[in-house]
Amino acid sequence: MNTVLDFEPIWSELLGQPEAVSQLRQAVANKDAGLQHAWLLTGPPGSGRSNAATAFAAALLCEKAGCGQCKSCRMVSSGSHPDVSVLATEKVIISIEEIRQLVAASHFGGSVGKYQIMIIEDADRMTERSSNVLLKALEEPPAGTIWLLCAPSEADMLATIRSRVRRVALKQPSTETVADLLVARDGIERSLAMQVAAEAQGHIGMALRLATSSDARARRKETLVSAMQIDSIPKAMATAERWLELAKKDAEAITQERDDQERADLLSTLGIPEGGTIPPGLRADIKALEEAQKRRATRSLRDGIDRILVDLMSLYRDVLTIQLAAESELVNQDLKSQLDEMASSTRSTETISKLEAMALARVRIGANVRDLMVLESLAIQLRRKV
Amino acid sequence: MGKAKQVSWRDAKPASVVFVSGPEEYLADRAIRSIRDQLKALDAGVEVHELLAGDYTAGQLTTLASPSLFMEPRLVVISGVEKCTDALIEDGLSYLLEPSLETTIILRHNSSSVRGKKLIDAIRASDNAVEIACAEIKKESDKAAFIQSEFAAAGRKISPGALRALADAFADDLSELAAACSQLLSDQAESIDEATVDKYYGGRVETNAFKVADAALAGQSAEALALLRHALATGADPVPVVAAFAMKVRLMAKVYGNKYASAANVGAQPWQIDRARKDLAGWSEEGLANAVMAIATADAAVKGMERDPVFALEKLVLLLSNRGQKNTET
Repeated sequence: MNTVLDFEPIWSELLGQPEAVSQLRQAVANKDAGLQHAWLLTGPPGSGRSNAATAFAAALLCEKAGCGQCKSCRMVSSGSHPDVSVLATEKVIISIEEIRQLVAASHFGGSVGKYQIMIIEDADRMTERSSNVLLKALEEPPAGTIWLLCAPSEADMLATIRSRVRRVALKQPSTETVADLLVARDGIERSLAMQVAAEAQGHIGMALRLATSSDARARRKETLVSAMQIDSIPKAMATAERWLELAKKDAEAITQERDDQERADLLSTLGIPEGGTIPPGLRADIKALEEAQKRRATRSLRDGIDRILVDLMSLYRDVLTIQLAAESELVNQDLKSQLDEMASSTRSTETISKLEAMALARVRIGANVRDLMVLESLAIQLRRKV
Repeated sequence: MGKAKQVSWRDAKPASVVFVSGPEEYLADRAIRSIRDQLKALDAGVEVHELLAGDYTAGQLTTLASPSLFMEPRLVVISGVEKCTDALIEDGLSYLLEPSLETTIILRHNSSSVRGKKLIDAIRASDNAVEIACAEIKKESDKAAFIQSEFAAAGRKISPGALRALADAFADDLSELAAACSQLLSDQAESIDEATVDKYYGGRVETNAFKVADAALAGQSAEALALLRHALATGADPVPVVAAFAMKVRLMAKVYGNKYASAANVGAQPWQIDRARKDLAGWSEEGLANAVMAIATADAAVKGMERDPVFALEKLVLLLSNRGQKNTET
């Protein structure tokens, strides 16, 4: 980033969030006068909630309020600082045991500095029982313990948690901001950066993935084009099946490499040669890993389906934008001609009911309804009457 | 080298080595029990040993089967050969060459794996062994034949109507069916007719989600609802019931108006496609679309988005038996 920074370097990754950054900076600057002990960072997926939490932790522990250079800052950002505990999950829920461990650890106090910081990413994945375990710790933490919870919105947390935390809201970064970041940080070409930034709708991680993987871009495009081509019931069923396949591929692309690496690591830790047979006594370890990976795959697939739904929503949002002549930027600029055609051949009320069907489908995926059934039901509703 | 004799489970007789294969547990149990009873009848002092092939350690077979001082008969039952240890394969192979005469060895392999293939091949090639194959009883005709033979073995008769009623009442579990047969045999007069079966087991219908779906798609709403209640009362869970409906409707939707539907491009057997085409008679496109949407709604409902899963299922059954058309008084 070549602009002159008017704040400490640690905040530089938090793009387009001046309000949140100034709030957090103020807290850091006045920390000696007293610091709120529990914070809730909210913002849409990809807006950098976890990054904000890490930056805040680093700034609190740094002697220069977040220089980004000192040992402390570097340890926090690499996740190895002894006074920063991060609970992140790759499963669908955070289990009660994980919270209990974290609560127990929160009583140890800072070992290096004055503060001990407990970060819970995806705090919305806590079940009600897990949340209740946290209440007491959140209400009266030991001196110097700071809790940072991250969630998409305040409404995702129990009221009893909400009343115990101070809230910092992040907003969705604009397309330009995301594109700027991709160009500056990852060296992505400008036009591509603009395209993927629009397509990812403010999700920085997603934009990066689209920018760096042509497969991911192709999958996204196929999803959208196939949705516009549904004209009969058999076609709708076939498309739903194809969407599920695409979501699986997307999920696999993310997890497969890691799964293999983890397995190889475990095998070498256990001293089993590549391709060797696993002694019965060690099968339990392998099994535990496989189960953890399976849980991760479940969540990953669910995220993949959700992405498909979000992409489809962007498509019909564009159609509606054209139909209502709203003159705001289109997300899927590269499909402009098809979008125009669809906008002129259907009515805006139809588009709105399709968008509603997608919103319902997202809720259902979240409620563990069979994925294929949800997609089939949606595809049927998207079909165009001939 | 000769070849092991194939024997039906009903004619099970003691032999040096008896190999009981096949997945039907109940028949295998009957065969093993019958051999044991026959040996007991010959000599009440028969020594019986039961082993699990998975826990077998080298030498056990020789210890148990070697002749004793007074030549008492012995029976060794080794179950779970599908999970046997390597030691059993080795010991079994050498035992087959020199089986002891007054000992009967029963090996039970449920065909769920190919473990122990070397031993099995050797048994099948041996003169001293017999094989009792217990094939799965799944088809209606197999079941009818089973009931028939149960009664025939006792020298009794059962009328065709009674036979059908009995097969319907115990559709899932062969051992329950056999128990019902023996109950009828021990209680009742010479020949057994439908009225007798109805007196004993009337009103008992074993059903499953697919039968409910079949009835609903055939437009028989009352029957489908009754079957649904039966299925739920006999332990069917609402979630798989929805899945069964979904399978049927999915195939219908894939086939609808699709002349080119083939086994390859819709992922189903040819007879299933024919069946789906038949089920489609009288369905409109709108109705089919409603059905697909209703299934997703029902799945959401049985997974907690509505209060009463059974009501959600009943709504679905009524919609399907009405060919997807809403707003009629049912």
